Amino acid sequence: MPTYRPGPISLVIAAFVALFLLMPLLAVIPVSLTPSRMLAMPTGELSLRHYRTLIEDPRWIDSILLSIRIGVVSSAFSTVLALCFSLGVWMFQPRFTAALVGFVLLPMVVPPVVSAITLYFLLTSISGFSSFFGYDTWLGVAMAHSVMTVPFATVLMLVSLSQLDRRIDLAARGLGATVWERATRVIMPNIKFGIITAALLSFVLSWEEIGVTLFITSVNAITLPRLMWMGLRDNIDPAIAALSVILIIITVLVLAVRSFIVRLRAV
Amino acid sequence: MRSSLSDRTGAALLMAPLLLFLVLAYAWPFLGVVKWSFTLPTPGLGQYDALLTDDLVQSVFVRTLRIAAIVTIVSVAAAYAITLIWVRGTPAQRLIAEFCILVPFWISVLTRAFGWVALLSNRGLINTWLQAIGFISEPLTLVRNEFGVIVGMTHFLIPFAVFPLASAMRSLDDRVLLAARGLGSSRMRTFWSVFVPMTRSGIIGSALIVFVFSLGFFVTPAILGGGRSVMVAELIYLRIFQSPDWGLGAAISVVLVLFVGALMALLFRYIRPKQLV
Repeated sequence: MPTYRPGPISLVIAAFVALFLLMPLLAVIPVSLTPSRMLAMPTGELSLRHYRTLIEDPRWIDSILLSIRIGVVSSAFSTVLALCFSLGVWMFQPRFTAALVGFVLLPMVVPPVVSAITLYFLLTSISGFSSFFGYDTWLGVAMAHSVMTVPFATVLMLVSLSQLDRRIDLAARGLGATVWERATRVIMPNIKFGIITAALLSFVLSWEEIGVTLFITSVNAITLPRLMWMGLRDNIDPAIAALSVILIIITVLVLAVRSFIVRLRAV
Repeated sequence: MRSSLSDRTGAALLMAPLLLFLVLAYAWPFLGVVKWSFTLPTPGLGQYDALLTDDLVQSVFVRTLRIAAIVTIVSVAAAYAITLIWVRGTPAQRLIAEFCILVPFWISVLTRAFGWVALLSNRGLINTWLQAIGFISEPLTLVRNEFGVIVGMTHFLIPFAVFPLASAMRSLDDRVLLAARGLGSSRMRTFWSVFVPMTRSGIIGSALIVFVFSLGFFVTPAILGGGRSVMVAELIYLRIFQSPDWGLGAAISVVLVLFVGALMALLFRYIRPKQLV
């Protein structure tokens, strides 16, 4: 229990900051209900036409399905790679661990635009050999997203492994378990929360990835953020407001459920 | 730990796939980009020479540094205020603060930039309201300029600035504050002379994170700047896709990486990586 509570001045300043943080999220709600075809405040009547567009316009549906497919594939790929790597680090503590982990975290710390031009170089080079795996293909996007999400998945795995008691692994080893048995029957069941979190985070990061995606797609692999981007840059489409409201509601629900679960586990 | 042959092969087998993947899909193509910067359009140091002499490139660098500096100061100050409540408020205040920090954090950068367009554009909420109450007759230009970029970036980066500050504030020993109060220091003085200096590592960490993020920021400036307030990342994009000048785009990327690398080295001299989370 902190003995030092913030006073009225800091409460007022923090209230302004909180308002600033929530303002743009609240602003999209009225815009999404406008009957107009353009970005405007609704005057008088409200309309759900922009929500209908999301369900009826095949462009939106196609891009949502594509984003889900890319998210699932890249999340599975980066979760498996990150899991193997982290198990190797934790079980064997090889030399140069710090340098190797640092290398794996690079895509997370390098400015995204530099990663984007790097992946653009990679995928355009691959395009020379293969037409279904390279620039502007869904597999290419999934691979690029894996590069970007794998550092986050690795961090989460390493954090959950660092909270694991080494003695259970030593016991398994002393009882004659093989490396495979130690990994799959002793360690992995104990970090399953971390593995699930890593997979979910990788999916979410891929689902909303735009910085890299812009560089490596043009007309074929239009993910949801890419479609939103096109609608934002040209003339602003209020369907984006409707979509934003839905995404905000999902986020709030997920966070509410999560904090409920955290509270249950704490009791 | 005993290091038998099977241990070493086990480690190698487990760690190799990810390392191989990143060497092939990240390190190798990055070297390709570095090569572009020296070979396109003609071999030599021409692109780096252009970086030092081209007025447009120079003005973009200056603008990027200026915006990053302003955004850093505003974001860290705002984050400090809300983190104080998140870490040290009453349980109800903490819950509200957590909600206000985490909800924007998890919402995509595009949605958040769009929210600011909806608020700030000529027919957006703010201009509509100000005109409705007769405060202004012509809409204010709040977006598609540097002001919009700074607002949007600050909004994006506040949650990132919160985490290092929160960890610094959590690890602070309350007895020091009690001692200051016991020795007769006022609440104000305790805050400015004891509390703030003791969270210095958090302030430095969050300032460097925000500054580094702002330097390579792409989406928010591109949307809220509307092509008028171009920052370095958008300049790279334009050099690759609009006026194909891959060599210059690559050279700017290399300089950006070196600059950010130097800043990160500075960051790790001040705080150990573990203190950041």
